[in-house]
Amino acid sequence: MWIELLTKVLIAGAVLTGILSFGGVLTWVERKQSALMQDRIGANRASILGFRLLGLFHIMTDGIKMFAKEEFIPRTDHRVLFLLAPFIAWLFSLAAFAVIPFSPELTVAGYQVTLQVANPEIGLLVAFAMMGMAIYGVVLGGWASNNNYALLGSMRATAQMISYEVALAAAAVGPLLIYRTLNMQEIVIRQGQLYNGWLPLWGIVLQPLAFLLFLVAGAAETKRVPFDLPEGESEIIGFNLEYSSMRFGAFMFTDFIEKILVACLTTTIFLGGWQVPWLADDGFRLGGALALELGPMVVWLLRLAAFGIKVCALIYVLMLVRWTLPRFRYDQLMSFGWKFLLPLAFLNIIVTAAVVLVLNL
Amino acid sequence: MLDYVAIFLTIIVAALMAGGALLLSALIGPSPAKTKEKERPFECGLVPIEEPGRRFPVHYYVVAILFVVFDIEVIFLYPWIASFDEVGLYGFIGAMAFLLVLTFGLIYEWLRGGLEWH
Repeated sequence: MWIELLTKVLIAGAVLTGILSFGGVLTWVERKQSALMQDRIGANRASILGFRLLGLFHIMTDGIKMFAKEEFIPRTDHRVLFLLAPFIAWLFSLAAFAVIPFSPELTVAGYQVTLQVANPEIGLLVAFAMMGMAIYGVVLGGWASNNNYALLGSMRATAQMISYEVALAAAAVGPLLIYRTLNMQEIVIRQGQLYNGWLPLWGIVLQPLAFLLFLVAGAAETKRVPFDLPEGESEIIGFNLEYSSMRFGAFMFTDFIEKILVACLTTTIFLGGWQVPWLADDGFRLGGALALELGPMVVWLLRLAAFGIKVCALIYVLMLVRWTLPRFRYDQLMSFGWKFLLPLAFLNIIVTAAVVLVLNL
Repeated sequence: MLDYVAIFLTIIVAALMAGGALLLSALIGPSPAKTKEKERPFECGLVPIEEPGRRFPVHYYVVAILFVVFDIEVIFLYPWIASFDEVGLYGFIGAMAFLLVLTFGLIYEWLRGGLEWH
């Protein structure tokens, strides 16, 4: 019992540390990638003993600077809420990673090894619940700041996030009607089938419309361009206006963590999770025949790598979008969510349910 | 059961990480004396003319109410997904009726201008 709990804590620590490091690297990738697209050099000055490593040390210098800044607390009636808001946002966006199936289960010497902390039957609902809780950080942060602009910014951000939360959950219903489970490992396993022996039946193949809706709603939910009104770095004042030092850093980091979270959820539901095309438990199979035999450990590592590659590819697509599209106006943003995404998601649910019922999939 | 305990444990680990980082920043950072000017709400250097946090457009309430209605609707679809095979055609008709009633709600809201933003 205690051994099991300790194992869970260790896995949770490993997963969360990995996510935080990946989030740190993403801050650098974001800067370098924007520089690439705008024909600039990008962050490259920080160095240790003359080594610059493409500016990778900027991750560390950013962190040190965040920690070393003055922690300003404005005169406010809601001091506790003001202090709590970034903590809540950060905490719950991290906790959602408890149910993400980074890898399948592997039995080594009688022990189950997996990088998924918890695998409850309602895994996907847990992830959505944690994403919903993270909104409280934005609400409370703006409310407790004692500042008109921060309050308006947080109202805008909240309205946007809750609107697209509905669209996000509705878009996921389509593929889930085909898998008919909310267990994250089961969702991935159901996508391991092949159509005609060659086409992997991933969610994106069966539900291309739902994939687009989910990705767009996910981008809006995590305040990505073209839905980045809550941030609007240089033009619009946002909810985090009165925050400084690591409390501001917490909000910024939460954004990166939520981007990873949305990429992970999209990968799990639509891109086959840890599935590698044509890779079965005992090796690569082409047309039912074993083409290349592999040990269980190698298969496990390949599948773990596949999950990582899919997540990175999705995040890169979102970054490409960021420097390609201009920003929405606020009324366009709200009507896009309620009048376009949500009706389309409902339509997708109805059609999918009817087809699944008739064809008895 | 262990899975749900594990989620709780993850929340604790996440709280330690996030709380630790925020606490560290509070300990390391300087804390110079506060002045009256510094504590004033930051409005790009202008003197604020209105006390913050008293009034904001009613539209945000409408969006919040819509969110509650439709999020609960979508969450009610999830048990239907999980038991799709057991409830079959009966469940399908029930879910469609449920979905249609709320879609009419959305259309009504749309026609009445509740989704417009001025």
